[in-house]
Amino acid sequence: MLPQWFNNWNRDNPTDIYGPAILVGALGAAVIVVAALVSFGQPYATDSLQTGPRGTGMSVPEFQADLATPDPSIEALYTEAPYIPEGGEPLAKDVYQNVQVLGDLTEDNFNRVMGAITQWVAPEQGCAYCHGDVDLAEYGSDDLYTKVVARSMIQMTQNINEGWDGHVNANKQVGVTCYTCHRGENVPSDIWFRITPVHSRAAEGWSANQNRVTAQSQYTSLPSDALEAYLLNGEVIGVHDLEAHVDTKPYEEGYPTWQNAERTFSLMNYVSNSLGVNCVFCHNTRAFYDGAQVTPQWGTESLGIAMVNELNNDWLVPLKDTYPPERLGPVYADAPKAACKTCHKGYQQPLQGTNVIADWPELATTGAPVYE
Amino acid sequence: MSGFPEYQNIFTQVQVQGPPEWGMDDSGNAKAERGTKASFSTLIGWLGNAQLGPVYLGWTGLISILTGILALNIIGLNMLAQVNWSIPEFIRQLFWLALEPPSPEYGLRMPPLYDGGWYIIASFFLLVSVMTWWARTWLLAAEHKLGKHIFWAFGSAIWLFLVLGLFRPILMGSWSEAVPYGIFPHLDWTTAFSIRYGNLYYNPFHALSIVFLYGSVLLFAMHGATILAVTRYGGDRELEQIVDRGTASERAALFWRWTMGFNATMEGIHRWAWWFAVLTPITGGIGILLTGTVVDNWFIWAQEHHFAPMYDGSFGYEAYGSYEAFIGKEN
Repeated sequence: MLPQWFNNWNRDNPTDIYGPAILVGALGAAVIVVAALVSFGQPYATDSLQTGPRGTGMSVPEFQADLATPDPSIEALYTEAPYIPEGGEPLAKDVYQNVQVLGDLTEDNFNRVMGAITQWVAPEQGCAYCHGDVDLAEYGSDDLYTKVVARSMIQMTQNINEGWDGHVNANKQVGVTCYTCHRGENVPSDIWFRITPVHSRAAEGWSANQNRVTAQSQYTSLPSDALEAYLLNGEVIGVHDLEAHVDTKPYEEGYPTWQNAERTFSLMNYVSNSLGVNCVFCHNTRAFYDGAQVTPQWGTESLGIAMVNELNNDWLVPLKDTYPPERLGPVYADAPKAACKTCHKGYQQPLQGTNVIADWPELATTGAPVYE
Repeated sequence: MSGFPEYQNIFTQVQVQGPPEWGMDDSGNAKAERGTKASFSTLIGWLGNAQLGPVYLGWTGLISILTGILALNIIGLNMLAQVNWSIPEFIRQLFWLALEPPSPEYGLRMPPLYDGGWYIIASFFLLVSVMTWWARTWLLAAEHKLGKHIFWAFGSAIWLFLVLGLFRPILMGSWSEAVPYGIFPHLDWTTAFSIRYGNLYYNPFHALSIVFLYGSVLLFAMHGATILAVTRYGGDRELEQIVDRGTASERAALFWRWTMGFNATMEGIHRWAWWFAVLTPITGGIGILLTGTVVDNWFIWAQEHHFAPMYDGSFGYEAYGSYEAFIGKEN
């Protein structure tokens, strides 16, 4: 195929072209990559939020591309300014029947709140989701479980905003509304149920609660009962001895075993994933336990753990008998429960710190709303 | 490709396969004396010597393999039972599954089978397996009239193994302190163990163990590279070079003296490597044995001994930048 003179010339002039070709190719590719990086920049550039003293490596890194994309729920947030009462307006409890909460609102504000709840919780089904497909005159009926649950959830929201101000308004006014958890869904995402023991057989005690791929363990082999232990049963998180030398034994009551450490690790891993942060957002990891080395977020988080315990025990678990069977847990038919991710959904602050409560003084307090 | 001799490859491309080698045959009946059969495998020949066997098992080898298989099967069947004997689930969750040690409340008593009992039984068989294999390294070395260096080196690894699974649990008074048998779960144990005792990085024996571990890696790379580099002068015949130093040893020694002013000797480099390797589990084992028995919080221990620096408390949080600025959303 090639001319005879070319083949002859090649045969008479043997040259090692492979060595130089690899060298030139590698150098050429390196030059192109370097030139591209210099001119176009790092394609996966990151930014980081410093969380501790310099030199300790305490920071939370994020891709700049992710930081530039706001939480899509912010865009979809429905809100509406209140009607400032001037006195003399008809009140909801006088206009409607069986108004057990929010009855002291003016009719306009009551309808405003009702309309917003529809947007937040049941945008597709509308009013009928709680009130049924009936005439307005029969809206007072408590026939549907959704309405009974909604009433309790309104009270819970007021309680969170008032009683847990230190958590939900830790850095500035943010607050919570139905939308913080529901995001336009009838049932909020990232709720959880009890599932332990996770082994159908052949394991009891310590072995039985772990080493399975579950959502509760965040798909690790860590214990699947961490949420249950620390966010429902209120067990104390304490995995260290606070002196260099302590004379205790693992079988003694109250000894902080490595098993406790592992269960705590499971909870902390869940918290990290829920907030999209790492350990050093709250801790100096050289001494996890040391209250003198934690960050201000650690305090907010500790309040959050106490808050979730209250939400689960005082508000969510008592609704168990109100729910129909399809809303209950797959293993123990237990009530759905909340934890960090139910609100945070992977962000340091739910809805990236959007102030959701400003327009809703009715949900900000268990007492009479303050309109400004 | 021209320019590269075929033997300079991680895979041995030229394999010599003939009658199996039986070692020095001064009595003429080596084959009958020294085991059952030997064959050749091209596959293993790519990685090293193509000859497979003869293997001498003996009573120690037989017991070791039998008890080892028993231990492994107890662990595997427990995992299988945990997923209700479902083979697909066993495969899917294999890295998550484990045979865990007993719950803490049993102390050093025999727990129920389903709460660590099987763990104790598997551990017993594993112990017998490892110890008989250890005896085997002594007996076979004696048979060959070798030094017992391999026996002692394996012993250092067994020391760490015994500290983790036997000595420390006994000192702590509970089998629950032992390490789970599982891929991810034993890593969970490692993390939890470090955090529980106030950060193992402040344990000086842990630090020593890391020094010897990384040092072993460095020495291995330096020695391997040096010998490969002087192979062209006969340096790969290391034993000859030890007793009869040639130009390969001279050049290698000169290279290191030029590089860092010092060189190991042709014999001494192997003692360096042996001690670094052996000291890794010895120091590590000491560190584990002290944890929870003598020292319960290594960070506080390190502060008391002035090698964990303290901050002055002025962390400067106000200067770190806000979350709003981080997400590009100033209010």
